[in-house]
Parts: sequence; structure tokens; C-alpha cells
Amino acid sequence: MALSEQSIPEAILSVENITLSFGAVRAIRDVSFDIKKGEIRAIIGPNGAGKTSMLNVINGFYHPQQGQILFRGMVRKRMRPHEAAGGGIARTFQNVALFKGMSTLDNIMTGRNLKMNKWNVSLLAAMFYYGPTQKEEILHRQFVEKIISFLEIEAIRKTPVGRLPYGLQKRVELGRALAAEPDLLLLDEPMAGMNLEEKEDMCRFILDVNAEFGTTIALIEHDMGVVMDLSDRVVVLDHGEKIADGTPAEVKANQNVIDAYLGVAH
Amino acid sequence: MLYRESGQFKTSYSADQAIFPIRQDNWAMVVFLLVAFIAVPYFGTEYFFQAIMIPVLIFALAATGLNILTGYCGQLSLGTGGFMAVGAVACYKLTTGFPEMNFVLVLLLSGIITAGVGLLFGIPSLRIKGFYLAVATLAAQFFLSWLFNKVAWFQNYTPSGTITMPPREVFGIAVTGANADAMDRYLFCLVFVLILAMAAKNLVRGPIGRSWMAIRDMDIAAELIGFRPFQTKLMAFSVSSFYVGVAGAMALSLWLGSVETAEAFDINVSFQVLFIIIIGGLGSMMGSFVGAAFIILMPIVLTNVMVGALGMQAVTAKHFEFMFFGGLIIFFLIVEPHGIARLWQIAKEKLRIWPFPH
Amino acid sequence: MEFLNLVLVAPIVDMIEYPSFFIEVVFGGLMSGVMYSLVALGFVLIFKASGVFNFSQGVFALFAALTLVGLMTGTVPFTLNKSLPELPAWVAIILTFIVMIGLAIAVERIVLRPLVNQDHIIMFMSTIGLAFVLEGLGDTIWGSEVKALDVGIPTGNFLIGEIQIQIFDLWAAGIAAFLVVVLAVFFQYTRTGRALRAVADDHQAALSVGIPLKNIWIIVWSVAGLVALVAGIMWGSKSGVQFSLSLIALKALPVLILGGFTSVPGAIVGGLIIGVGEKVAEVYWGPLVDGAIENWFAYVLALVFLLFRPQGLFGDKIIERV
Repeated sequence: MALSEQSIPEAILSVENITLSFGAVRAIRDVSFDIKKGEIRAIIGPNGAGKTSMLNVINGFYHPQQGQILFRGMVRKRMRPHEAAGGGIARTFQNVALFKGMSTLDNIMTGRNLKMNKWNVSLLAAMFYYGPTQKEEILHRQFVEKIISFLEIEAIRKTPVGRLPYGLQKRVELGRALAAEPDLLLLDEPMAGMNLEEKEDMCRFILDVNAEFGTTIALIEHDMGVVMDLSDRVVVLDHGEKIADGTPAEVKANQNVIDAYLGVAH
Repeated sequence: MLYRESGQFKTSYSADQAIFPIRQDNWAMVVFLLVAFIAVPYFGTEYFFQAIMIPVLIFALAATGLNILTGYCGQLSLGTGGFMAVGAVACYKLTTGFPEMNFVLVLLLSGIITAGVGLLFGIPSLRIKGFYLAVATLAAQFFLSWLFNKVAWFQNYTPSGTITMPPREVFGIAVTGANADAMDRYLFCLVFVLILAMAAKNLVRGPIGRSWMAIRDMDIAAELIGFRPFQTKLMAFSVSSFYVGVAGAMALSLWLGSVETAEAFDINVSFQVLFIIIIGGLGSMMGSFVGAAFIILMPIVLTNVMVGALGMQAVTAKHFEFMFFGGLIIFFLIVEPHGIARLWQIAKEKLRIWPFPH
Repeated sequence: MEFLNLVLVAPIVDMIEYPSFFIEVVFGGLMSGVMYSLVALGFVLIFKASGVFNFSQGVFALFAALTLVGLMTGTVPFTLNKSLPELPAWVAIILTFIVMIGLAIAVERIVLRPLVNQDHIIMFMSTIGLAFVLEGLGDTIWGSEVKALDVGIPTGNFLIGEIQIQIFDLWAAGIAAFLVVVLAVFFQYTRTGRALRAVADDHQAALSVGIPLKNIWIIVWSVAGLVALVAGIMWGSKSGVQFSLSLIALKALPVLILGGFTSVPGAIVGGLIIGVGEKVAEVYWGPLVDGAIENWFAYVLALVFLLFRPQGLFGDKIIERV
């Protein structure tokens, strides 16, 4: 038993006994689970189960009252957002959080900010532009162009994202997260509000990212079909508590999960 | 020559990232520079330089500064006048305190000193946002006005309380003081402002500009993808103040010559610069110049028409000017919040596909 | 040491040695505080109900006072001729209020309606434009010279012990308090009040449950006009109706920071704190730096406070979400 556990890839991140409350409201109660390197991990649960709060804890936006986070073996009591980003955690948001006044290209370029050489883009160099800053810009532009062609959004490269339809905005947001070359990618309802074709495209991108770059993915999703197809393991939250954890098949058969989704007769 | 980009293919990313990616815009820029450097000095009069061209350039520079903070980084400031005063006072103290110092260096140092002060007043942005911050910048305006008025050291203890710029030369040509020729002052302003505007344009089209716009558009998302909001905002505050400070220093040295700080840079100046960027275009470098030209020229035109042509009293004309400006601001905010620059951009886009818009 | 003594000890000793003078200073501060509260209240009402930070509130007060004086002196608009019958104060006040309602309707039609759902910052800047328009308009219609205003509020003073009290100040405080109570009742207990609060929360949601946004905005801007009228009468009676009246709006801004943009009690308490704070500072610490610190002291006080409590005195704690 111990041996076989050794052969399973190590956890890139584990949350341990996390409790988060806002005033008297407990959003998350004593939840623990882990995310293993290279897997696609789904977090599901009914509305208000604390899924988004969980992602916010993972990338340091909320600070839990109790518990700790182990990220790549390092214990974090609380994480600062830019530390999480610097450590290789990128994410997308439930309601698209793009920079509306900027073009698709610029939005994705912002994802490269932590990868840029600090001296080459420092104030004086950037004022002069020609030289180090331009070289740096072109270097990262090349990387961003790869993402743009991977996501098939070449045609909207220069369009301000505020003018794009919802489905494309979600795609640009994924691009921005990918530009950071994350080790762990958090996707908050990447397919919400999409039609069938758009969903299929998005699924393809997620699977490709996972397969080609080996990026670990944690995603929140309400479409059960998608969750069952995509994910390696699923954790189920309800009212801030973990009620199930396992492979899609295991979770599907779990009585607690069925009760939580369908309601239970008292 | 039609305004068209067909046939102009970019073969490198650097060409694609140029300031004017379309060839016709480059030509327009060349024409503009020829006019500014040759035609204007050739035809211009003393009045034209002193009342129009020099103030337009100086206000354009101040607006560039405010645009960095408000248009690009989304932090509304009502303290521009106060920061211009810092630049002017710094310039005065530096020239009188270190008579040997090169005038260009004086201007840059005045900007840097103002940047430091701006940094200080930007600190509240750590905790507060939006209107609260706007009100905080008013504090800067009132406090700085009071400081320069009350502390005689800032005026070198002159009994009148005014500060007067001593004569200085650049490359052997007098640019400040009573004997400086208006055309020389104009040309010096032009070169200096264009270089600084170019630097600002470089900033906003590069990584730093993106970090500012990210904070402006959605600060929380920006933080979660790795920008540090506080540092980013402070940088915008100090860079913005640098530009505003240099503009203040230039207003004293190259334009007005002698000012009473608290009056010359009062809150109305803050509003004036704010109006420039609203009318010219929030988040547009070209808009700062167009807006400045508009704000400087419009009162002159209005006064000439109302007092000169319609025979109104000067006081009544002044009231009309107030109403006109206020109305204009409302009009622009309703019709096109991104100002003249955006209207121009729309016109260009239409022109590009003319005559087959579909 | 000398310096510390001068800054920290001497003023306090002064306060304790001459308590009646100190009380007089505090009382004077409270009175200007009432005025700040009144103007701040106008800001808060509009901000609560429309999310608009109305920079022109001070000019509203000036415009109302100008109109009132104009009507009372029988001035013909645009001409400065005083050939109309002079109206008694109460008629003029009612007529002025009607003018302010008309102004509210005009603002709603011309400025607010085209800007529904725009950024807050855009709305704010449009009210700066509005301030300029009204300033020019008021001066064009009624003339720009300083005018005296007397609506019959009793003046004079009396002594309690050694403390001198202005009768006018007592009246001002009484009227302000009455106004606040009426407004509180209106907001809390009437149907319109509830609708106002709904609109403040979310324009679109309020529209979708059938609240007529247009009317609500007219009502709230009219109420703000009324508050401006009262503030204009008070300040105008005290120091004459002139351009500087519109600057009291700038004095009321730190009150908003202190009290929070959305809190009526905050506006009142904040106004009193700022009023007392700046008077005491001016009298006891002002001489150390050659005076005139009233212009900025309130701002600094508010800012320092803000660093410790960003949501203001009575504001709700801000929970940020993504």
C-alpha cells in the first residue's frame, strides 16, 4: 500500500484543514484535499458551496482563519496574491476579469509580466524604449503569438476585449493565464454561459494544455458532463464542507453527493 | 494619397509595435514637425508665442502627466495645480540656490523633486480608492498652496511673496528672464516637451503602461496575475508628478517669468488640466496636446467673438465662458468620453475602409 | 524640548486655564460643523440614491441663495434692474425651492439620463462641468457682486456665565436638526424612501422591479436642492451671498471622507468633528505656523483617519470579491 502510494505523482498543492469565515458566515469549514502534479482536478458543488472562495484562498486573495496550504512542499499560512502568481499559480475568473480597455494582445502580454527581465523594463529603459525594452517586448511577443495561434484568436489580436463576445473573452482570459506559463492553472467556471460548440472548443483547449505543457489544472464547473469527461479526480463541496473526493465514477455513486444535488427527504 | 494600409505588410514584431504603424501617419507627423519647427517660428509673432504656443505646450505636458495618472492608471487627481506649484518653486529655489547649474538639469531636477512629493501624496492610495482618493489629492492642492504662501523660505524672503525667475541661457541663448526672445523660448519648450512626450508615449505602450492600465481596468485581477497594485500606483503617481512638476517649472521659467505661487497654480489650474484630458481624450497622448490647444485657444476665440464682435461686457463674457466650458465638458462626457482623440480614431477607421464600409 | 513644549504642552495648558474661552471655541466649531454637515448631507443624499458624487453641490447652494436674494429684492433676471415687486421671505423661499426642482428636472434630462450606467468617475466629472455651468448661469442671471441676505432669522447674542452665544447659531442648529429628522423619516419610512435606497444599490435591478428611475432621480436631486437652499440661506445670511459660497463644498469633502459617502449620521457627526477640530487647531496651534491652516487641516485630519479606517466612520466594511 505504502509502495503504491509512492508511485503516484506527488501533490503539487495540498490544502489542509482550511477554515474561512466572513464575520459570522463560515464560507469554508475544515476542508482538506490535494492536487497532484499533472492531473485535472475538478471542484464541484451546489451554489454557495464555497468553491470560488476555495480558489481565492489558494491564490492568496482570501486569508483563511485556520489551516495551511502546502505549495510545492512549502508551507504557507497565508499567501500574498503576487507571491502565488510568482510561484506559478495562474487563474481565470467566474465573471470574466479582463482588462476591458486593452487589446487582446495587450491583455495576454500582461500575463508575461512576471517573466520579464526587471532591468530591461525598468523606468528609464522603458522611457527610452529602443534597446533593452524593445528586445524584451519582442521576445515576449513571440511567446504570446504562440498562445494566440494555439487558442485560434489571431483575428482579434488588436481588438479591445470589451468589444468581444463572451465566449471569446473567456478564451482570451485563458490565454492571459497561460502566458504566465503556470505550473498550476485555476479555472473558475471556464464554460459558464457558453453554447455547445464553444464548450467543446474550451474542453479541447483545456485537455491540450494539460497534455502538451503538462500543466496541472484545477477547475470549477457546473456542467457535469464536462466534469466527468475532463477530470481525473473530483472534490465535492457543500455548504463549505467537503462531502466527497475521488474519481468521477466514485463521486457519481456517492450518496452524499446525490443528496446534496437533488435534496434529501427529511 | 489615400489613407489606407493595404499593401503595407509588417514583417517584424518591431514594425508592428511602432508608434505609427501606418505609413500615412508617419507622413502626417513629419508635416506636423515641419510646421512646428519651421512655419510657426517663421510666421509667429511675440503675442502668438507668448499667449498661445508656449502655454499650449506647457499645459500639454501637464496634461500628459495627469493623463498618465488618471487616463492610464485610473486614479483621479484634483491636485495638479499643487504639483505644478512644487515644480515652479523647486525650479526657483534651484536656480537661485545654485546659480551655476545648467538650466536643463534644473528643469529635470524640479520634476524629480515633484515626483518625490507626488509619491508622498500617493501613499493614501494604498488604502483608499476612487472618490476618496480624489478628495485626498485635493488635500495636496490646499496644503501645498498654503505651504508655499506661508513659508517665506520658499520665496527667498521677498516681501512681495512673488517668485521671479532669473535669466538663464542654454547653449548661449537666453531662454528665461526679461531679455529672452519669445521665439527662442518657444523652440526650447517645443524640443523639451516633444522629448518628454515621446518618453511618455514609450512608457505607456510598453510593460509599465500595461501594468497601469491593468490596475485601471480591474485592480483585483491585476493583483492576482502578479502586479503589485501599490507599487504600480506609486510609480504612476511619481511619474505623473514628474511631468506635472516639469510643466510647473517651465510655466514659471519660460512662460510667466514671475508668479505668486498660490494664485498662479490654484485649484482652477487643476480643473483646467483635468478638462484638457477629458476634452482631448482620457488615455491618449495625442489627446493631451489637442485638448491643451483647445483649452488655450477657446477662451481667446470666445472673448474675441463676444467682446469684440458682439460688444458684450468683459465680465458677462467671462460668465459665458464658464457656462460654455461646463457645457462642453458635459457634452463630451455624454457623446464621447474618450474625447477628441477617440473621434479622430473613429474617423481614421472609417477612412481606412472608405468607400466600401461593409 | 522647547519645541515639544510649544506644540504639545502650551496649547493644552491654555485650554485648561481658560475653560470658558475653550468652550466658546468648541461651540463656534460646532456651529460651522453644522454648516458642513448640511452641505455634506446634500452630497450623501445624491450619492446614496444615484451613486453620483455631485461636485456641484456647493454651487447648488450658491445658485439657490442667489435666486432667493434676486427674488427678495425684485431683480429682473439677466438685467440687474430691481423693478419687480419685492417678495416676502417665505414666498421667495417657496419660489426658490420650485426653481431648484426645475433645476433637478433639467439635470436629470440633460446630464444624468444620457449617462445612465456610465462609470462613476465619468458621472463625477460631468458634475464638475455642471458646477461651471451653474456658476456662470447664476452670475449671468443675478449678477456677481456680493449681496446681503436677511430672511428674518433673529440675531444678537447672550451670555451663559462667561460664554457668549450667538442666537443666529442656535437657530441654524435647530433648523438643521429639524431638516435631518424630516429627511431621516422620509428615507426610512416612506415608499419613496425605500425606492431611493433600492436605486442606490443597483440602477438596473431597481429598473427591473419597476421603480421609475427618472422620478427617483428628480426627487432626490430636488431634495438635495432643498438641502442646498437651506445651506445657502445659512451661509448667505452669515457672510453674504457671493462666489466663495460655492467653496464651502470643498470644505465639506473631508467630512465625506470622515463620515463615509453613504452615511447620513456619518455626514452629521463628521461635520461636527471637522468643525470643532479645525477651529480648535486654528486657535491653539494655528499661531505656531502663522495661521490660515483652516484650509487644509480638515483634509489632513480626514486622511490620517482614513489610513486607519478606510470605510469611514459609519461605512460598511468592504469585502472585495472576484
